[in-house]
Amino acid sequence: MGSISLSHVKKSFGEVQIIPDISLDIKEGEFVVFVGPSGCGKSTLLRLIAGLEDTTSGTILLDGVDMTKAPPARRGLAMVFQSYALYPHMTVRDNIAFPLKMAKAPKEVIDQKVEYAARTLNLSSYLDRRPRALSGGQRQRVAIGRAIVREPKAFLFDEPLSNLDAALRVNMRLEITELHQQLKTTMIYVTHDQVEAMTMADRIVVLNAGRVEQFGTPLDLYKKPANRFVAGFIGSPRMNFVDGPEAARYNASAIGVRPEHFSLATTPMPGAWKGKVGVAEQLGSDTFLHVHVDGLGLMTIRTDGDQTFGHGDDVYLTPDPARIYRFDAAGLAL
Amino acid sequence: MARAASIQTRIGFTALAWAIALLLFAPILWTILTAFKTEAEAIATSPTFLPREFTLENFGAVQDRSDYFKHAFNSIIFSVGSTLLGLVIGVPAAWAMAFAPTKRTKDVLMWMLSTKMMPAVGVLIPIYLIFRDLRLLDTLHGLTLIMTLINLPIIIWMLYTYFKEIPVDILEAARMDGAELYNEIVHVLVPMAVPGIASTLLLNVILAWNEAFWTITLTSGKAGTLTAFISSFSSPQGLFLAKLSAASLLAIAPILLMGWFSQKQLVRGLTFGAVK
Ligand SMILES: Nc1ncnc2c1ncn2[C@@H]1O[C@H](COP(=O)(O)OP(=O)(O)OP(=O)(O)O)[C@@H](O)[C@H]1O
Ligand SMILES: [Mg+2]
Repeated sequence: MGSISLSHVKKSFGEVQIIPDISLDIKEGEFVVFVGPSGCGKSTLLRLIAGLEDTTSGTILLDGVDMTKAPPARRGLAMVFQSYALYPHMTVRDNIAFPLKMAKAPKEVIDQKVEYAARTLNLSSYLDRRPRALSGGQRQRVAIGRAIVREPKAFLFDEPLSNLDAALRVNMRLEITELHQQLKTTMIYVTHDQVEAMTMADRIVVLNAGRVEQFGTPLDLYKKPANRFVAGFIGSPRMNFVDGPEAARYNASAIGVRPEHFSLATTPMPGAWKGKVGVAEQLGSDTFLHVHVDGLGLMTIRTDGDQTFGHGDDVYLTPDPARIYRFDAAGLAL
Repeated sequence: MARAASIQTRIGFTALAWAIALLLFAPILWTILTAFKTEAEAIATSPTFLPREFTLENFGAVQDRSDYFKHAFNSIIFSVGSTLLGLVIGVPAAWAMAFAPTKRTKDVLMWMLSTKMMPAVGVLIPIYLIFRDLRLLDTLHGLTLIMTLINLPIIIWMLYTYFKEIPVDILEAARMDGAELYNEIVHVLVPMAVPGIASTLLLNVILAWNEAFWTITLTSGKAGTLTAFISSFSSPQGLFLAKLSAASLLAIAPILLMGWFSQKQLVRGLTFGAVK
């Protein structure tokens, strides 16, 4: 239960084509994350799967059954919205019970499932409150509770954590991952935060302007990005790109080096890039150096937190030759 | 100094507001006072302010002559009935316009509003003929039906503006939770829009209660509402000012009381979209 398969799905709003042509196969039980820059069509794609938007063409299969034209209520999917979208006029209990009531479950079953979900999500003492009397994190838990009680074929999350503060986000991220391990239900999770994508996903779909740039495991994307866009999007801080004659030395039209793949020296080295430190961001465990490299521009270097570089220091950078990514003129990986 | 000036302005505005309110209320007050005077005192050439001889006989006379209670009953059925019927049609219509708009939705809304700009007499003949042929003349259900149609644009417009304020996410969540359209509207949309629906209801009951053109032209006794009741006192047998006043007072009293008690709700409802 829970396989999702899109074939040649297209979506236009009026004249504007948002999704030109997407085919995707999501396996049962998988945790798939859609990432991409703002406006690339992540939410639109998720809403097409949910049935909240109609496809312009193409087919959507859920568990092998064609659901392209089915209304959301019939698809058996649950969705958690960025805005939580709780029913403001109902108590937490009624919010969580709503999908079960819609499914005409008997009262004892409803009570039992609501109690269970509330216990799992630490909501037991808030069951009689209205959503407006809850904190952001609690509201998000109610939204998740409402999704799990109906035992859906798959969960759809649209940036569920982006309204929470940083600490709570990390907690909720773990909770959702744990929930997935417990339930083993297919989850599709939309985010533009690539840390969330890397840490939570079994596989990641990188979207750009409505196209799938790459679909693979987090480490695949990190180690073998299919093109320059994915290489730049996955990894934090971003990969450094160099083109022109320096790239030509590597038989490529552009090369990329991740901030963590440099060795750093304070004295001249043969073949090293010479630069001056602009800003040093000290995070404690790591230090990010923003270095103005002669003739190549600004680069970001990750080094350990004990390094004490300051503004204006001369440094010499040697990229790890085994970890240089090469791209052709069209941006594809070589 | 600036502060003193502002207090003076405020006193000035307050006085002005009171003056205007009194001016507007004066005819109603006069009607109320006249209703308790004798017929002779009501038309006396040196008019009295308070009734010299307080009397209730006008009310008795009015009921004897024209059956106030029958007309009041008709008015209630007519105004509440047409509004409820309007809501039953208006809620789904406004849902469609607010949450599933098409390119033409705005045009449809404008067109509906434009029908309210047309003078009612413009369609009097066709409506009259249709009513005659369908045997709806002087029937309460016919009257209720026409009132529903007349108020429908306002009902839909009001509901539309309230619904616009409701985040569509919540309705989408209901759809994801397995709610079909009926459940989405009944269990999610309507409860969330209660304040808006209540003020739509109040306003349209008042509008229907005060409707005089159709209720007078399409009835002739059986289905008459309180507006027809008042008008029956106004001309034919000469002017009976005191009885006319008593009839008017009886006709406006219920709606005046209702308006008074639901003032807060009405104001809140009418300014809902504007102030937030
Ligand atoms: N109902 C709509 N009508 C017209 N255009 C739309 C509609 N919904 C989305 N779009 C457009 O589709 C594009 C993709 O939107 P979408 O919401 O899917 O982006 P996203 O990847 O989720 O972005 P974000 O990270 O900002 O949420 C945007 O350019 C947006 O303007
Ligand atoms: Mg989005």
